Amino acid sequence: MIQRIVNATINGIPVSVPYGTSILDAARAVQVKIPVLCKHPDLGATAACGLCIVRIAGSQKMPRACATPLENGMEIFTHDGELTEIRRSVIELILSNHPSECLSCGRNTNCELQTLAAEFGIRQDSIERYVRDLPQDASNGSIIIDFNKCIKCGRCVQVCQEVQDVWALSFLERGINTRMAPAGDILLSESPCIKCGQCAAHCPTGAIVENDETAAVWAALRDPEKHCTVQIAPSVRVALGEEFGYPPGTNLTKKIYAVMRRLGFKAVFDTNFSADLTIMEEANEFVERFAKGKGELPLITSCCPAWTDYMEKFHHDFVDNFSTAKSPQQMMGVMAKTYYSEKMGIDPAKHYQVSIMPCTAKKYELERDEEMFASGYQDVDITLTTRELARMIKQSGIAFEELADEEADSILGTYSGAGTIFGATGGVMEAAIRTAYYFVTNESLEGDAINVTPVRGLEGVKIADVDIKGTQVKVAVAHGMANVGKVLGEVRDARKAGKETPYHFIEVMACPGGCIGGGGQPYHTDIHTRMQRAAGLYNDDEKCAARCSHENPEIKQVYKEYLGHPNSEKAHKLLHTHYKAKKVYLK
Amino acid sequence: MKTAPLTFPIDDVERVEVEVEPHVEKWQDQEGNLIMILHSIQNEHGYVPREISMELSALLEIPLARIYEVITFYHYFKLVPPGKHNVAVCNGTACYLKGAPQLIADLERKLSIKEGETTEDREFHLETVRCIGCCGMAPAMVVDEKTHGRIKISDLQGILDETKKGGVK
Amino acid sequence: MSKLNPKTLASFQSQMSRPPNWASVGMDTGGIAAGAREVFDALVAEKEQKGVAAEIRQTGSNGLAYADPIVQVKTEQLPLITYGSVDSELAAVIVENHLVKNQLIEDHIIATRERSTTLDEQKPIAILVKDTSEEQGDKTSFFQLSLQQELEVHGIKDVPVHRAMDMGIYDQGLCIQLLPSGVTYSNVLTPDLRRIISQSVEKGIVVEDLLVEDADPQQKIVLRNCGSVDPECIEDYLQHGGYQGLGRLLKDLTPEQGIDELKTSGLRGRGGAGFPVWLKWKLTRDPESDQKYVICNADEGDPGAFMDRSVLEGDPHSVLEGLIIAGYCVGANKGYLYIRAEYPLAVKRIQKAIDEARQKGLIGENILGSGFSFNADIRLGAGAFVCGEETALIASIEGKRGSPIPRPPFPSVKGLFEQPTSINNVETLASVAAILENSGKWYAQFGTEESRGTKVFAVTGKVRNAQLVEVPMGIPIRKIIYDVCGGVLSGNKLKAVQTGGPSGGVIPEDLLDTPISYESLSKLGSIMGSGGMLVMDQNDSMVDVAKFYLKFCVDESCGKCAPCRVGGYQLLQLLEKIFRGKALDTDIEQIKRICEAMQKASLCGLGQTAPNPVLSTLRYFEEEYTAFIEGGASYARKVKRQLADLAKQSA
Repeated sequence: MIQRIVNATINGIPVSVPYGTSILDAARAVQVKIPVLCKHPDLGATAACGLCIVRIAGSQKMPRACATPLENGMEIFTHDGELTEIRRSVIELILSNHPSECLSCGRNTNCELQTLAAEFGIRQDSIERYVRDLPQDASNGSIIIDFNKCIKCGRCVQVCQEVQDVWALSFLERGINTRMAPAGDILLSESPCIKCGQCAAHCPTGAIVENDETAAVWAALRDPEKHCTVQIAPSVRVALGEEFGYPPGTNLTKKIYAVMRRLGFKAVFDTNFSADLTIMEEANEFVERFAKGKGELPLITSCCPAWTDYMEKFHHDFVDNFSTAKSPQQMMGVMAKTYYSEKMGIDPAKHYQVSIMPCTAKKYELERDEEMFASGYQDVDITLTTRELARMIKQSGIAFEELADEEADSILGTYSGAGTIFGATGGVMEAAIRTAYYFVTNESLEGDAINVTPVRGLEGVKIADVDIKGTQVKVAVAHGMANVGKVLGEVRDARKAGKETPYHFIEVMACPGGCIGGGGQPYHTDIHTRMQRAAGLYNDDEKCAARCSHENPEIKQVYKEYLGHPNSEKAHKLLHTHYKAKKVYLK
Repeated sequence: MKTAPLTFPIDDVERVEVEVEPHVEKWQDQEGNLIMILHSIQNEHGYVPREISMELSALLEIPLARIYEVITFYHYFKLVPPGKHNVAVCNGTACYLKGAPQLIADLERKLSIKEGETTEDREFHLETVRCIGCCGMAPAMVVDEKTHGRIKISDLQGILDETKKGGVK
Repeated sequence: MSKLNPKTLASFQSQMSRPPNWASVGMDTGGIAAGAREVFDALVAEKEQKGVAAEIRQTGSNGLAYADPIVQVKTEQLPLITYGSVDSELAAVIVENHLVKNQLIEDHIIATRERSTTLDEQKPIAILVKDTSEEQGDKTSFFQLSLQQELEVHGIKDVPVHRAMDMGIYDQGLCIQLLPSGVTYSNVLTPDLRRIISQSVEKGIVVEDLLVEDADPQQKIVLRNCGSVDPECIEDYLQHGGYQGLGRLLKDLTPEQGIDELKTSGLRGRGGAGFPVWLKWKLTRDPESDQKYVICNADEGDPGAFMDRSVLEGDPHSVLEGLIIAGYCVGANKGYLYIRAEYPLAVKRIQKAIDEARQKGLIGENILGSGFSFNADIRLGAGAFVCGEETALIASIEGKRGSPIPRPPFPSVKGLFEQPTSINNVETLASVAAILENSGKWYAQFGTEESRGTKVFAVTGKVRNAQLVEVPMGIPIRKIIYDVCGGVLSGNKLKAVQTGGPSGGVIPEDLLDTPISYESLSKLGSIMGSGGMLVMDQNDSMVDVAKFYLKFCVDESCGKCAPCRVGGYQLLQLLEKIFRGKALDTDIEQIKRICEAMQKASLCGLGQTAPNPVLSTLRYFEEEYTAFIEGGASYARKVKRQLADLAKQSA
């Protein structure tokens, strides 16, 4: 198809963009930034905030740049005295309906409204403040909603309904009383919320923030009775840097190990290691089901707790298809409190395991069910998101950027390239294929064949036929919950029709892009940041000595010393879990 | 015709299904049915009970979030049971100029409630409504189904007494 | 009921005949609220008791809201007579005296507005009198007696003289109307009585110098059938020429030619903005699509506007016919009528109209053998004014919150269920049916160059006779208020007229001679809107009125976009502050600043126009605002007390 190009001018600068490009995006292409609070690059234009108004020569009206496509011959003006004054008025109006609690707000210094107010030099509250006094919703341990700080931009509702298809958030009432609220005006914990945190990641203000648990971690670190250890999730290493001025995708694995020790952790593990462990169990499970017919197909990945929650609520006819292998976070926790503690002579009761995750749902996974206590204790004690970790580092007075690289602690710290790509959509599938191939053929993939490129990238659903020595394995990868329905629908249809399943193996991640786009990652994530972070992980993969989980020497050691073989009795007890149907609404 | 009044909340799931189905049946396959179904339910019960919204959500495969978004957006729909008698004072322009605010103030005094509220004994619900199109007889109000025009403050007590005496709506 | 074909439709008018004697009652919501149902029942009961051969029918409102309930009576001997302010007792009298004895009833007759200027030797059979002077003391009875005596002097005994309730003429002294001709004299003095008798009564010659000077300016196109057809009887509509426009269109014209007819007519959308109807239809016709929709916007929401309700209740088929015509022209075979749930009677009558039209084969498959199929259904509003905005209306039908979405894409390209959709309001569609029946050229003769045709206004507030008025575009506002509606209530001084409802503005007394059109109103800082026309007198506070309209918009804001949601609320707080006498000079500047932000940065028309009532009252009556600011709390208390006292007096 020939792409139609539109030619126009913006502030006198000629601009050529594809047909359908909004004035907002077209302006950005010629280095013009139009202020906007509601439009997020991930989401369609709602035209709610009214800040991106522009002038088109020959028209009296001031259309919104976010929602107006550029047309041939348009002469657009984005900044002049009148536009600026109107924008200032609108900002003041929004501020008049927003608490002035910046200093004690979770978004202080990185709030989009605060930034705009600062840029427009607003120095006084010229309009009397009116804020409804609605109670906070802290009912769910992952995210906290302060309805009073909501500016009704609609991003959270959009992302929850359209991107995630969860419908936990909605707008209620109207006019000045319009408020964002959990579905059916209940508590978030009673709603369909899957804790993915995309609402928080997309919120321009402090209305939705992660449940900040840094204080508890500080307390544990200062407690002489506690032996604090930490694990760092795959995608954290390529995102944390953004909080310290690094470009997205910069791999700071070794600096993070270093800062963890400075913060006081007695041992630093890498979730990439336990990702390898997950692959060992999961690839084995796949082979059992696929090659030996022991269990339902397709096998569906279960390392994303937001996804498992979603499945248990909305697609529980697939419970038996779920991989019983625990997520890397939980595998690390249980291994740290059993194997590692035994080996190091640490009392597991005093062992305090912290995980650093890109994810708010991981906070929920900690106590998901009794199997998360397989060590006899809570396997992972607390989860911090990437954003919380950045806050701790800044608080600690450590000049993070200047730290020398360090290595992870051995035995739960070494990882393969397969473990690191867990952080990007398609990564789990690719890692599993690498090992499944080995399990089936007893040979490892070599050279370019090791890169399963069809499952990489940010396409919402990716489908591939993988050849395992003549046997075709049909795989599908979906990320962003709204993309899951169609994939599962195909399986369901085939099931109903008594046909063979269209897919043998399905990977699902709740957040767009996978964990690199997780709800706990640094703010301002968009498609570009996701691409850069993913590239960071794939680079890390390329550089790894071992590219497959089964080649990770520490994995081999763990099986040899402790677990025996995948899905051994011990492995089953420690590393596997189960899923069940759940009610969508608890009220 | 109204069926026997249901008391909500209902725990009996089947009962809710029985209750909801006839409202949905007529509209199930029609486009743009949600608001029509909500009208049908509210016409019967005077409000949209939560249990019914939940059931509706399941039957129509519309998220509960959407149903509540709609119910709370449109002033016509109510989430709480109404009073026995509804007193709706028209607040159209003509009525406003001809004393609707004074009528409302007086009714608020007489019923000891604010506009938008229901009396403690649930006898009267007082509300102001958008223009009812009887501008020729401003100020006007609708009590239950009867429209009263050219009302004087001195008429109000009589109208309330008569309504109350009129018994069950 | 058998289905019509082009032939039976074309000849329909001659098929039915009405009994020679009948009475009809205006049974619209307003009439019923005033007691029309009781009147109807009383007429039927009395008729049956007396065994009178007459038909008792229902109609919609003829627009004369101030005179509800209204009964019209036709007997063989007498012309059509309209009675106002009828109650059950009077209904019985009407049967006994008028229907049985052909005697007119005192003090309730509303004289016809169709005033003839020729007699052609026709001698009157009855005479109506009414003293219309503003001065103290009604001399109607005195003139009645004088005229009766004078007739006796002339030896005329068979021409009764009756006191009329209303002549439709104001402040023109004694007025006399001769029946059945409708020849009307005004400013009649006692010496003139003799001339009238000797010339008009005895010889059937008009007394030219006494003829009332101005003809009634009304031109009823939209309201053509309101008050005369039975809204629940398709035969009655057919008998009044109903569905002839559709018949002609389907038989003789292509959709494009239909659109051309609309282009010739110059009809612009009557919902408020005045977008050319033909263009909207063309834009909807142009895109390729398997499914298109037409929607009738009957979610009339302006406080103080009831013209749509009157048409829906009084002549539902005209709206339906317009919708079918729209469907044919844009290529849609599905239409929705989006009606306010608060209008149950309108809903009922439209539903009946749809059912009847279906039985007659005017809705359904292969209409009148043309190959064109069309279905119509009702969708109810649920109490959201913003759903008058097209994209919000569409969202509402789709079962969503009625929040507008940005345009483009326009509904004509991507509307209901993402399909091309044309939305027209009630008045527009009622006009469409008349245009197709009579031709675009016929319609274009009314109104002005840019604003063709007629417009219905709901004139309310401090006006003597609150009513619906339909006039050609271009006539001065003053004429509507004074000549048709009788000026200000209880002889007070007119201060301003508000048009366009919550999106409109005020027009001060000294600008009332402005000819009414989309353009002229917009120049004055107001808008045509849907046709609300609120008359305010010297006692009304402009700040209070602005506050009223603004509060309406704040309550009705969908809450989606910040300028409207927060701007409206904050603006209202400032007006409240002024009204409490607590404001400062700087608050006026703040008001203007917020108004500008709302006008320019709001997403939809509701927010963009919500400041209009504030800005226009500031433009013409800023001194009232400054009086509150300078006078402070004590002044504010005084004004409030005055308003409350006045309301008590009038209530």
